[in-house]
Amino acid sequence: MTDNLMQTVFGRLSLESLPFLHEPILLGTFIVVSLLGLGLVGVVTKYKLWGYLWNEWFTSVDHKKIGIMYIILAIIMLLRGFSDALMMRAQQAIAFGDNAGYLPPHHYDQIFTAHGTIMIFFVAIPLVVGIVNFVMPMQIGARDVAFPFLNNLSFWLTVAGAVLTMISLFVGEFARTGWLGYTPLAGLAYSPDTGVDYYLWSLQIAGVGTTLSAINMVATVIKMRAPGMTMMKMPVFTWTAFCSNILAIAIFPALTAAFFLLMLDRYAGTHFFTNELGGAPMMYWNMVWIWGHPEVYVLVLPAFGIYSEITSTFTGKKLFGYSSMVYATVVITILSYLVWLHHFFTMGAGPTVNSFFGIATMVISIPTGAKIFNWLFTMYRGNIRFELPMMWVLAFMITFTVGGMTGVLLAIPPADFVLHNSLFLVAHFHNTIIGGVVFGLFAAMVYWFPKAFGFKLDEFWGKVAFWGWVAGYWIAWTPIYIVGLMGTTRRVNHFDDPSFQPYFIIAAIGAVIILIGILGFVMSILVGWLKRDQLKDVTGDPWEGRTLEWSTSSPPPAYNFAFTPVIHELDAWYDMKERGYERPTTGFRPIHMPKNTGAGVILSALALVMGFAMVWYIWWLAAVSFAGLFIVAIGHTFNFKRDYYIPAEEVAATEDKRTQLLAQGA
Amino acid sequence: MTDDALDPQAAPVWHLTEEEEHHDHSGGSPTVLGFWIYLMSDALIFASLFAMFGVVSTAYAGGPVPHEIFDLKLVAINTGLLLASSITFGEAMPHMEAGRVGPVRFWLAITGLLGAGFIGIELYEFAHLIGENAGPDRSAFLSAFFTLVGTHGAHVTIGLIWLVTMLIQLGMHGLNPATKRRLICLSMFWHFLDIIWIGVFTFVYLYGVIR
Repeated sequence: MTDNLMQTVFGRLSLESLPFLHEPILLGTFIVVSLLGLGLVGVVTKYKLWGYLWNEWFTSVDHKKIGIMYIILAIIMLLRGFSDALMMRAQQAIAFGDNAGYLPPHHYDQIFTAHGTIMIFFVAIPLVVGIVNFVMPMQIGARDVAFPFLNNLSFWLTVAGAVLTMISLFVGEFARTGWLGYTPLAGLAYSPDTGVDYYLWSLQIAGVGTTLSAINMVATVIKMRAPGMTMMKMPVFTWTAFCSNILAIAIFPALTAAFFLLMLDRYAGTHFFTNELGGAPMMYWNMVWIWGHPEVYVLVLPAFGIYSEITSTFTGKKLFGYSSMVYATVVITILSYLVWLHHFFTMGAGPTVNSFFGIATMVISIPTGAKIFNWLFTMYRGNIRFELPMMWVLAFMITFTVGGMTGVLLAIPPADFVLHNSLFLVAHFHNTIIGGVVFGLFAAMVYWFPKAFGFKLDEFWGKVAFWGWVAGYWIAWTPIYIVGLMGTTRRVNHFDDPSFQPYFIIAAIGAVIILIGILGFVMSILVGWLKRDQLKDVTGDPWEGRTLEWSTSSPPPAYNFAFTPVIHELDAWYDMKERGYERPTTGFRPIHMPKNTGAGVILSALALVMGFAMVWYIWWLAAVSFAGLFIVAIGHTFNFKRDYYIPAEEVAATEDKRTQLLAQGA
Repeated sequence: MTDDALDPQAAPVWHLTEEEEHHDHSGGSPTVLGFWIYLMSDALIFASLFAMFGVVSTAYAGGPVPHEIFDLKLVAINTGLLLASSITFGEAMPHMEAGRVGPVRFWLAITGLLGAGFIGIELYEFAHLIGENAGPDRSAFLSAFFTLVGTHGAHVTIGLIWLVTMLIQLGMHGLNPATKRRLICLSMFWHFLDIIWIGVFTFVYLYGVIR
């Protein structure tokens, strides 16, 4: 009787679901995380910052603040995802022969699943979305995105997904299926515990956020551009952000549908991806990869845009081949949708199908190669300033080209039959994602940091971060390429052949060097903050930039631009500087802006509770929070007072301060 | 905006002194565009479900086959209700443009009743099938059938909740730019579901029965 009651109230949640009570590694992590969390709560309470955080940040609909919060989320999750990487590298470096290592398969499998899931969904995506959020509206001369509240909601839904993933570390366990949750392994028959449910609910909730954000960004680019900015006068970063978000809208529904069907299999007893009663497990693979392959382009296209902006700024030249860059971006967007099957040539679709997808994959290297040449020609005879953002660009060009070449190698179906699921493949995609996406995001953070905070990052520690990442990457992944080519398969926690051990030890050393790079980046922020007076940027244009975001102050005012700019040329700010633009100092008018709202936080909190309740089969709580979601969402539509005017005097006061600062600087 | 290229001597215009009103609430507003893009992404969810159905549409697993379980007369009535509801929604829109709130609410209410009838019949059909041991757990074909039709039904249900919300908001605030914009979005949603249903009716029911 009491058992029944307990089950009604707590579902399948019980004291046994808390693995950190009996696993020392998890216990240690739990203690450290709890102490850090308590410390943070303590500091915020002591300095009475809750009100400030709530009013100025959590409920903010300002695209710049939302962008910064996305990036903070991504950096926190990077630390988690990288801890997983270090644990895997340590395990593989020691687990040879009689030594079983310190991670049993049950735990190791969760770690590689969590690593992949977190790095893509909660590090790479939030970083890209964050930078697009921060930069793109300013580049097109807008004051905010098309749907400011939706932007806030998207962010908090992403947080809800990340929190649910983190909860799985201490309550229950995470999936042991690999980062895409392949069926039939992820079905109820083979994964009956909470792991896959955590995975599905986290990503489904975060995925709604990402889709809404993508719709928002596309509508923003189409509708919010300043007068005079035609499509072919948009900065390249805006173009790539535009294409990337169109692609995201086109692919996330496939992932949502695949996860939805897998959920039905697990919760409602349907037979989409099961082995019995007519299920088609490979259909799941097709659907997740229709999302999955374009997804890497969703990530890398904005990175290409970042490289373009930086190359042009730091060589002091117009970007070479602007229109070819735009067309290459569009072609990549389309082609990326036609290559998904190369992730499972071994499915047995036959030579005709495999040839099509193999050739389509190789064709993508043509527009990508065109981009590389465009950057090279931009640099040719340029006055290159080798500052930190430019260094990241150079490291990218070398590293990514190698990753592209191994990709073309893998695109050949017969070669892929040998290399499928090998560590060579794992090295390939880390090569492209670290060398292509991560380097670009670091370049972006260094480049736009002074715009966001008004001071540059510390250069010494920035260089530590740079060399740690670049050297660490090559030391960590070159040996993995080699053992992969020799046939080592992925997702293995123990090896018999001792001749491979040196490679894995070198790889582990490389991972530690990357750790130095990560810590160096954190230090460059801390030291930059300590030396913020020395590193201060009063001009708003510390790098001699060319696009509109550099025309406003650093950090920009809430309204971005006191007057909506009028655009005449590509590289609008460069054009303004060249032709003697003078900043207006009078005649300010009230500015129409959206109001902050807490609805996004509340809706996402309810989504989080619902996800947790569904994972643990706590049906009553799931029903209550689901009803709550509806009630709050509908209730929010009854609030018609969503905007306000910044009075002209306030605008004038803000702008006068900047006028004084500029006078001091000059 | 003046074109300074015509007169290189003149100083170019660098900014707007008057603010542009971005908040026009007609079909050109960002909301209508954004909602349209959302509908396209929703269409891709349905495309995925159709593809899933296509892959397992003959995976009967020894269970019931379409012509044994589909009652085309019932489905024809259902289709009629939903198509009629699109027409009645269409009746409401010119009244909205003309600012007549009474007829808008009347036609919306009719639309809602037709939609509720559609959902009622669909629920009856589902209950009947489950009672005959032809539920979603019987075979992959039935899983896909229930999911595709049920997802459409869930959308119609959300449309009904939205419609009731709009009836209340029209009662409270009448026709203002915000409620008008929402009605435009709701009408797009409603017609979109009609289009999806035509696909369901054709490929699931009709094609299922003839093959």
